[in-house]
Amino acid sequence: MNQGLTQWLMSEAPASRRQAVLGSVYRGLVAIISNPAALTGLVIIAVLILMAMFAPWLARGMSPIEQTLSSRLAPPSAEHWFGTDELGRDIYVRTLYGARVTLTIVLLVSVVVAPIGLAVGTLAGYLGGWVDAVLMRITDIFLAFPRLVLALAFAAALGPGIENAVIAISLTAWPPYARIARSETVTIAKSDFIAAVVMQGASTWRVLFKHIVPLCLSSVIVRLTLDMAGIILTAAGLGFLGLGAQPPTAEWGAMVSAGRDVILDQWWVATIPGIAIFIVSLGFNLLGDGLRDVFDPKAS
Amino acid sequence: MIRVENLNVTFHNSGRTMRAVRDVSFAVAAGETFGIVGESGSGKSTVLKAIAGLVKSSSTMLAVNGREAAERRSREERKLMQFVFQDPYASLHPRQTVDDILREPLIIHGSNNIDDRVVAAIANVGLSPLHRFRYPHQLSGGQRQRVAIARALILNPPILLLDEPTSALDVSVQAEILNLLSRLRQSYSLTSILVSHDLAVVAHLCNRIAIMQLGQLVEIVNAADLRTGRVQQDYTRQLISASRGFTRAQA
Repeated sequence: MNQGLTQWLMSEAPASRRQAVLGSVYRGLVAIISNPAALTGLVIIAVLILMAMFAPWLARGMSPIEQTLSSRLAPPSAEHWFGTDELGRDIYVRTLYGARVTLTIVLLVSVVVAPIGLAVGTLAGYLGGWVDAVLMRITDIFLAFPRLVLALAFAAALGPGIENAVIAISLTAWPPYARIARSETVTIAKSDFIAAVVMQGASTWRVLFKHIVPLCLSSVIVRLTLDMAGIILTAAGLGFLGLGAQPPTAEWGAMVSAGRDVILDQWWVATIPGIAIFIVSLGFNLLGDGLRDVFDPKAS
Repeated sequence: MIRVENLNVTFHNSGRTMRAVRDVSFAVAAGETFGIVGESGSGKSTVLKAIAGLVKSSSTMLAVNGREAAERRSREERKLMQFVFQDPYASLHPRQTVDDILREPLIIHGSNNIDDRVVAAIANVGLSPLHRFRYPHQLSGGQRQRVAIARALILNPPILLLDEPTSALDVSVQAEILNLLSRLRQSYSLTSILVSHDLAVVAHLCNRIAIMQLGQLVEIVNAADLRTGRVQQDYTRQLISASRGFTRAQA
């Protein structure tokens, strides 16, 4: 990178607020990149995102749902890199398109789960009293539901599909976030720097969103990236049971399920999407681990 | 400026009740520096927090600037008094820069020329402009306490409440902070209440001093009387002799 720019970003005495903010963002990026685990995770997820974005180009003109019954269950070859499934569809192309489904599920679940968990947890922890009691008992009730069983019931009631899978996973995934946010908020709320902003006349909402939530955010993000693997696996599990994405949509869990019948003779049908699930879960886990190291304020 | 009559603070902790402050009454005149001393657990900090509205209290009168202070303070009432905490390592938000910390009270009260006032406040407490975009963990204890003082004074409050502002700092830094407070008190003509367990600090900075023991006010003495030992109560005498510490003659 340009020497002058690096110096400007790493300056010990930033001249403006913008320079200070950009400088700390740059330092954070350097910290993530220089952490091997985080970097590996980041690369895997970047590749996943690129795969999903450029799936039509990477697919070399093949469609993920077009059936060619004449070449069904073909082993990996130059024409079909990862072989074909029981309906003659190219597994490489279906795996590419499956990344889209996986990313959609992961994105939707995190967009739903993190704000709900943060809001419930920080409100309960900061307001205390009956608000705390009511919100945390609701959390306990949701925590007591077995995830897959609730998801099954949900999918059965609303009908199978990606949206309902996302709702079902989100419903059972938010309580741990509320618990984390609440326990952090309880300790933060007692501290002098919160008393100081209260003394300055800050409203309850301002204290919550400007002073408490930013401190809870790092542990929630770390927990979220570590949970991603679980979310992907649950989504794949629902797909495997036929309650997630519906055929002919390419979804990794459903693809593994379809390959189950022929797993001994045509191993590639179930193995390739299985490897994809494994690598992506690993990537999110590594990123989560790395982010935990980077976010730890005691380390800096 | 501040009138307190029969102030009581009771803490409830898992079924046990604990009367931390019992029937404390005093008044602080405008421009005065009032000291409160006592051993640990005597309730001196709790009195200060009750005046600040940070703990629940009951009293026949708690008036600030001639007006009864409400249970829930309005934004305007908050502007009247600010607080400097004992531990500068706990009183600054760990994820905010000095700039964020100092801007916050100005934003809350909708002030204008925020940038100029932040720069002025940093200079006013003897910090360099270099410190403006630092995080608290990049500053020393004394520098942090300066930031805390700058934050307390940035709204120009007439009243400053000081809760052992130097006890977490080492001796050389204590003197710097005390001199800074002494200078600011004059230039802002502040009314202040200083809580400390250090009689020397209190005798140096305060006009009148209240001595507290087990949640009760023992007596109120002048700084001059405290220095010469002309006091009424035995407990005050004990406290004075204890603060002189170990002498070889006694041993």
